Amino acid sequence: MSQEYEKLVYPTREKMIWMYEIMVRIREFDEFVKRSFEEYPGMIRGHTHPSDGEEAIVAGALAAINPDDYVGGTYRCHGITIGRGVPMKLVLAELWGKKTGICKGKGGSMHLCDMSRNLLPACAIVAQGIPHATGVALACQIKRTGQIVLCFFGDGATKQGAFFESLNIASLWKLPIVYILENNLYQAYTRVELEDANTAAGENLSVKARAFSMPGVTVDGMDPIAVYRAVYDAAKRAREGKGPTLIECVCYRFSAHGNAIVAPPMPTWFPKHEAIEVYANPREYEEWRKKDPITRFKAFLINIGALTEDQAKSIEESAKREVEEAVKFALESPFPAPEEALEDIYA
Amino acid sequence: MPRKITYIEAVNEGLAEEMRRDPTVIYYGQNMAMTEKDPFLKEFGRSRVRITPVSETAQIGMAIGAAIAGLRPVVDLWMTDFVLVAMDQLLNEAPRMRFVTGGQVKVPVVFKMGYGFVAGWSVTHSNCWYNLFNLAQGSKLVIPSTPYDAKGLIKTAIRDDNPVFYLTPWNIIMLTGEVPDEEYTIPFGVADIKREGDDVTVVAIGWMVHRALAAAERLAKEGISIEVIDPRTLVPLDKKTILNSVKKTGRLIIVDQAQKTGSVTGEIAAMIAEEGFDYLKAPIKRVCALDTSIAYSKPLEEYIIPNEDKIIATVKEIVKK
Repeated sequence: MSQEYEKLVYPTREKMIWMYEIMVRIREFDEFVKRSFEEYPGMIRGHTHPSDGEEAIVAGALAAINPDDYVGGTYRCHGITIGRGVPMKLVLAELWGKKTGICKGKGGSMHLCDMSRNLLPACAIVAQGIPHATGVALACQIKRTGQIVLCFFGDGATKQGAFFESLNIASLWKLPIVYILENNLYQAYTRVELEDANTAAGENLSVKARAFSMPGVTVDGMDPIAVYRAVYDAAKRAREGKGPTLIECVCYRFSAHGNAIVAPPMPTWFPKHEAIEVYANPREYEEWRKKDPITRFKAFLINIGALTEDQAKSIEESAKREVEEAVKFALESPFPAPEEALEDIYA
Repeated sequence: MPRKITYIEAVNEGLAEEMRRDPTVIYYGQNMAMTEKDPFLKEFGRSRVRITPVSETAQIGMAIGAAIAGLRPVVDLWMTDFVLVAMDQLLNEAPRMRFVTGGQVKVPVVFKMGYGFVAGWSVTHSNCWYNLFNLAQGSKLVIPSTPYDAKGLIKTAIRDDNPVFYLTPWNIIMLTGEVPDEEYTIPFGVADIKREGDDVTVVAIGWMVHRALAAAERLAKEGISIEVIDPRTLVPLDKKTILNSVKKTGRLIIVDQAQKTGSVTGEIAAMIAEEGFDYLKAPIKRVCALDTSIAYSKPLEEYIIPNEDKIIATVKEIVKK
């Protein structure tokens, strides 16, 4: 370990390797998800939103909490699901509508959930998962379990009433929750400065925290260590009963918002990022690609002697193998019996 | 010894009993438990009894989250009109959670709200929006019409593992009725025959149960015998009791305070048309609020809402056939 490492970061080496692995596995998974539109056309139905480019947020945030804490997310939920430890094969089987999927093929890509890992049902309506996660934090507070909640959402969600209502109550009641705002600069296809008053005024989105008298910070969402440190502090604060924190992670997704929205029988496909396809600004996209969180983190880890090239290669290969095995598993898995549509309606 | 208490007292008794029985039951809403004198606050404390801001989306959405994490929230939402700002949570989230996760979660929440305040509240506070809640498979819909039913059903609602819309008609919350001292619950999906009769089946909901009973009393003097059925829970609906009654009488009238078009009365009528058509001696009739908005001025408001005279006139229209 170099002197630089000792000064700079909080996570242990073991934790950083775990973070790196998570990031590589998310990337490999979502690269496959995009390819699968060509390689296995028709298998993914509806709308799918990859997490590539935003891996550092998932890895940094999840590394800073306990395994029994709760995690809630949005329709862009592949990252937190893999990060939380759900095997890729159960995720892919869900994306392909198979009976073996994590939600028995009833939810698909936008509605992943694994309550055995305290991964809350992903909420596919913008911002509407924020009150759910806030309510889970209320339960943690009332039951005095010592658990906290990480609530992930995008920049678009911060324009919804659900965001304002929930953060107000969370601050008022000092609920044990950390709000992770993934600002990837686009609400679906709309650039953030076209819809956000703070951005238009040249301010960070984290200033919204002021409205709720809670701490708000902005960090580099392409740097897992920066995210880790912010979430670590916020989690500590939440656990101590001091209430919520809003953490804006400025990032960039490397994929388009989602696959093309087309009506059957036209096949869907995965388009290029909106910077290129909508705003004719490929340069922006190229600039952000240079900040690839995985490349940067790998270089950092090698530089401080926490990781070797060989180890990195082995992590990559293992992730690729996991994808291959997931594909095999999902292909071999049966579809649900049609009548299962009438199960799980009532408890 | 049965006691006479008001409808609202019965609701509160049932709720308090459940909070005493089960420490995971929490209760929150707007403009409640504001001072330490509040009986719920005194008995159960600030952790389980909370005032919320005017934030229906958060109130409802947080109840869903708290339920997933092991609590049983009862959310007081005051009026069905007020939850229209939070329909995603009520229709697209709460009832779908269990299904979309492949059965991984339970959402035991009670959404408690009044409806249909007919006392000059005009267009935005007098509606009966339960036709919307009737659409959300995965949730249940309860409308008690008496203090006895109100108490028994809120206890069942709180113990149910699914989202339950527990709706109270504003116009009868001061109505008194007998409630036993000993504990009891009322199962969902069991209609109550409030009055037995042979000539016409009248299915009435909420406040309208009382208007149907008053109409039946007047008709009895003219020799017309009315059977009044209160479904008590619209989801699940006790089809059997309604079908059996129609089999006996051959005639069905459905009385509801909600507007006719798109209402739950259409569902009940369709159910009988599908499953009990051969029993019918006359067309199914519905006595509902007129298809307009609820007006402020008293004569306008009265004209819109079903009443005894309208029920009697409709009965006479079909008993001739």
